[in-house]
Amino acid sequence: MENIIKKVKDGLGGKIKNWEEKNPGRIYITIDKENIRETARFIFEDCKARFIILTGIDTPLGYENLYHFDFDSIGTVVTVKTLIPKSAPEIESIATIIPGANFIEREVYDMLGIKFIGHPDPRRLLLSDDWPEGVHPLRRDFK
Amino acid sequence: MNLKTWGLKKSIWVFHVSSGACNNCDIEVLDCLTPRFDIERFGMVLVGSVRHADVLLCCGSITKQAAPRIKRLYEQAAKPCFVVAIGGCACSGCIFKDSYNFAGPYDKIIPVHAYIPGCPPKPEAILAGAVKLLSTLK
Amino acid sequence: MKTVIPIGPFHPLQEEPELFSLTLDGETVTDVDVRLGYNHRGIEKIAETKTWDQDTFLIERICGICSTSHPIAYCNAVEDCAGIEIPERAKYIRSIVGELERLHSHLLWLGLAGHFIGYNTLFMWGWKWREPILDLFEQITGNRNHYAMIKIGGARRDIKNEDIPSIRKCLSGLVPPLEMITKAALDDPVLHARLKGVGILKKEDAIKYCAVGPTARASGVAIDVRKDEPHAAYGMVKWNVITQEAGDVFAKAVVRLLECFESVKIVQQCVDGLEKTKGAEFCKEVENIPPGEGIGHYEAPRGETFHYVRSDGANRPVRHKIRAPTYVNLPSFKASCIGQTISDVAITLASIDPCYCCTERVAVIDPKTRAKKHITGEELVRLSQEKTRKIRDGLLKGSI
Repeated sequence: MENIIKKVKDGLGGKIKNWEEKNPGRIYITIDKENIRETARFIFEDCKARFIILTGIDTPLGYENLYHFDFDSIGTVVTVKTLIPKSAPEIESIATIIPGANFIEREVYDMLGIKFIGHPDPRRLLLSDDWPEGVHPLRRDFK
Repeated sequence: MNLKTWGLKKSIWVFHVSSGACNNCDIEVLDCLTPRFDIERFGMVLVGSVRHADVLLCCGSITKQAAPRIKRLYEQAAKPCFVVAIGGCACSGCIFKDSYNFAGPYDKIIPVHAYIPGCPPKPEAILAGAVKLLSTLK
Repeated sequence: MKTVIPIGPFHPLQEEPELFSLTLDGETVTDVDVRLGYNHRGIEKIAETKTWDQDTFLIERICGICSTSHPIAYCNAVEDCAGIEIPERAKYIRSIVGELERLHSHLLWLGLAGHFIGYNTLFMWGWKWREPILDLFEQITGNRNHYAMIKIGGARRDIKNEDIPSIRKCLSGLVPPLEMITKAALDDPVLHARLKGVGILKKEDAIKYCAVGPTARASGVAIDVRKDEPHAAYGMVKWNVITQEAGDVFAKAVVRLLECFESVKIVQQCVDGLEKTKGAEFCKEVENIPPGEGIGHYEAPRGETFHYVRSDGANRPVRHKIRAPTYVNLPSFKASCIGQTISDVAITLASIDPCYCCTERVAVIDPKTRAKKHITGEELVRLSQEKTRKIRDGLLKGSI
């Protein structure tokens, strides 16, 4: 158990801005948004974690993207946090590294309007065909 | 009672429509077909195409994406066609009525002839509703 | 010649209204695409407007068949956020309700899978054996579906000791038909011929698409939240994770069938636990949820359900993220359907666990002439059933 977590910690090294261990099963790592592709690739491919889902949150400081990974063998969920400024809601896509992230990135674009740069298939996923462009229901300013 | 209604009453073909449901009402509708409840003893058969249907069994709240399609489904059905709203969501919108993607309960989109409330209604309730609908046909 | 076949959005194969577009080359599927959103009710947004306790009722209505898995995952998340340890009796109650739900869900799938390949007897039988479980639910929780048994801090109501004999009776009545059906399925040459090698999801694809639940376990990925992160009573009872290596539809059916026996085992041991903790506390009083965040997951019948909540100390969540298992199992069609023939698509789509809920028609569009040919939804099922019949006839001839 310690080994895998240590590997993640060492492998990410200087990219980690904040490391929070809430309890042995829940670890929250904060990184810069520029490093997301490299971090996701490292955790998914090198550390063999399973990508669970991506959560987008509208906070007063900006949009927060939370990438949840599960190390099934030790039952630990590692959450990678990134903060995206509201002035430029863009982040690099990880769908080319993890095909399982394809749907959720499309959903987060629908819901929060965060653009995923380099997404292979950036179509609408959940909202209806006649939904107005630029209106995103999970934003705080949504009527 | 004219010949057409008499014929209709003897063998009702039902078509199952689901839009934004949690699936439970759908499962209970299907349950009516299975040996325990056996809706076929009233001459009702579930059909796979709306063009063959006399009754639409509708479940779930209508989402914005599904609303125009539900309307088209109703237009495609041969008339007379009766609509039964099954479950709280189909009757009133239930817990989803404040959602941004909610287009309305069924009676806002298409005419509804019978309501069967419940979350989900028991198969017995669905049978009773269907039989009551039959008894109103004159 | 390339043909595009949309399936849905209202189609008898699918659990929810979804639109599948199959691109065909002759009879072979070359691409699959999915359009979701017909069933999108905005639950994540509604959850932010309801209080913590009200949310358990809302969360139940995400899916009628997993209607206890989502609340368990949600309560796990809130309890993780607030650091609550639930009483022992509540753990047993959660596991009993969860496993009974798994039993009825797997039987439901079995029946539908039987229907899609033309075994309507299996359809009727599977649903007949499911009924006693629903009756049991009505007895111990008050409703056939949507049980409302889970509450933050434990269970909403106790399972009475007077109900324990009926739980035992229901379980013992379920085992003989389960054994019969398992033997019948595993020995049936027609099923072997029809389902083996169909819709294979390779292990590396299952990992790549992050598949969960029986879909992943049938491909040899041994993940099960109940084992990996024991919560409720799963750490206190003995049971095994079922895996298969082949990854085809047959393997998925085997995984589900064998899981039923494990569920029976778990419930039996949990009922013993209930008897031991007679009269004990089954729910903790939860005053408020402190600011913070929590993650909870639970192994629903279809795979891992994931809930994330964030609290700011108020009486409602600031953000509630829900991930249902089908969300990650769906994209795996890209790996399992491509290369299949159209008659195998029905059962491959069904193999991640479908439901008979939405019906419309299938339209075949010829890209050259733009002429549309409509096939009813039943046509696809008929194609699938016809193939089974051909295989059966062929086997019969061979044996004579």
